[in-house]
Amino acid sequence: MKRIKRSVYSQVTASILVNSIYAMMNYPVLLINTLLAPLSLLAVVTFASHGRLLPVAAEGALIMNMVQSGTSLQGDLSHLKNDMRLQDMIVSSPTPAMIYIFGMAISEIVYSIPTLTLLIILNLLFVKTTIIGGMVIFFDMATIFTFSISLGFLLSTFSSDIIQSWAFSGILSPILTTLPPVYYPISYIPYPYRYLSYLSPTTYAAEIAQNSTGFANLGVENYAISWLILIGITVLLTYLALRRSRWREV
Amino acid sequence: MEIIAKSLTKIYDGKYKALDTVDLDINLNGIFSIIGKNGAGKTTLIRILSTQLMPTSGTAILNGHDILREAGKVREEIAAVPQEARAVPWLTPIQTVTSYLMWRGYTFSKAKQMGLDALRSMGLENLENQKNRKLSGGQKRKLMVATVIASEASIIFLDEPTTGLDYISRKELWEILRKLKKDRLIILTTHYLEEAEVLGDLITILDKGKIMDSGTIGDLRSKIKYPFVLKVYSPQFDIEMKNGRISRVSDNEFFIYGSESEIYSLVQDMINRKVRFTVEEVSLSNIFENLVGGGEED
Repeated sequence: MKRIKRSVYSQVTASILVNSIYAMMNYPVLLINTLLAPLSLLAVVTFASHGRLLPVAAEGALIMNMVQSGTSLQGDLSHLKNDMRLQDMIVSSPTPAMIYIFGMAISEIVYSIPTLTLLIILNLLFVKTTIIGGMVIFFDMATIFTFSISLGFLLSTFSSDIIQSWAFSGILSPILTTLPPVYYPISYIPYPYRYLSYLSPTTYAAEIAQNSTGFANLGVENYAISWLILIGITVLLTYLALRRSRWREV
Repeated sequence: MEIIAKSLTKIYDGKYKALDTVDLDINLNGIFSIIGKNGAGKTTLIRILSTQLMPTSGTAILNGHDILREAGKVREEIAAVPQEARAVPWLTPIQTVTSYLMWRGYTFSKAKQMGLDALRSMGLENLENQKNRKLSGGQKRKLMVATVIASEASIIFLDEPTTGLDYISRKELWEILRKLKKDRLIILTTHYLEEAEVLGDLITILDKGKIMDSGTIGDLRSKIKYPFVLKVYSPQFDIEMKNGRISRVSDNEFFIYGSESEIYSLVQDMINRKVRFTVEEVSLSNIFENLVGGGEED
């Protein structure tokens, strides 16, 4: 057989083209969809706090945007797998699972470029931090993005149709972004409910971001613990997604 | 192109045996047709061979590579269109083929060129920029086939590619598959027995997860007791046969199955009676009915 020199760049680009560029060109309404959820909560929190919590909510909207990528990914993967049987075609091809998922994950970021641009502008205007603080927020967002993408991929492999995947999205969104103290400081939650919020990895991501901008003061020990837990959950989930997900069905 | 399957078995949920120790040894450039009733195990077999599904036990070797231990190398050489594959509605045909080829690692420009060639070979060149959702059912099925034939894959799996197509569209697809089979192995499942007979260089009949028989249509015919059929078109008919089977098909039609010598000995009798008749070799439907029971499965 003729040996083909395969380009990983092409393989990643294929996912981006199919799942975001071509889809957005066909359905521009998708852009409004990705924009609406983070901005509507941002508006509600800002209005309810008379503008006082705008900087915290702006950081929270970034986290929500990252989480939304994961929930969108599981919906998109489920649709392409169960309704189009595209994933089966990809499985029976030289595309490795990791490259396919990486491309699909990047496609979710491409989707949110308009939202991300707007949120970054809002953060630059209303959130004051240092260069190191900015880098911490960047890594914080990258970690929560990896977490949500891994979760999205894992769930997509278990969903048998799009209805089930919508249900997953419906569950993930409130438990990862609306209920936990992502848009507001954790001190607003009374005990003992505050402990419950620590069940969500987004709480740690939000605390790290708020600590970097002075809206929370975690102390060295709690700060380190937050990072450890966030990275630990992300690594575990990524491992599960890569090793235990059903690329080839059993 | 070579496929060797060794005792492939698939049991779903610990109880339902979809494949039962299937062995295959195929060395072919051409079309390998797998036929069987619904639930016979056709799709399970094709999904295991195309590395989409793990077998419960057994394995298979495709062009020298084990599907379990060397799945990566197998996937370099195969391409598959699943039974329920659908063209992504928001793409155009050229975007569909190009993106699939890019997933296989081709650059955009190379993939696009190969995609245009494949669409042309399927007669879809005028629709390349039409949205997939606006294509007819037949055009969508052709597009899915174009997607995989555009690739360099030497073994192509097509799971019921013509289901739902009208007769003309099916025949068009048959012509295309005939051209493509020269330097590839195409593994085709179908529930149209005529299709398997017309296209299949090799045919395997599956029933309840087991291979009932395999071979060329000639091989399959040679193994059955009555390989010829005399079709008599008459409302009244009485005949005595030492060795054969008479089946009344309708009020005006009888089919007489027998050996070549027996059937030809009856021909003179038909001429004398001035009855309209034809003599044929039995079709795959007859062989299928003989082996599996029941007629065409859908």
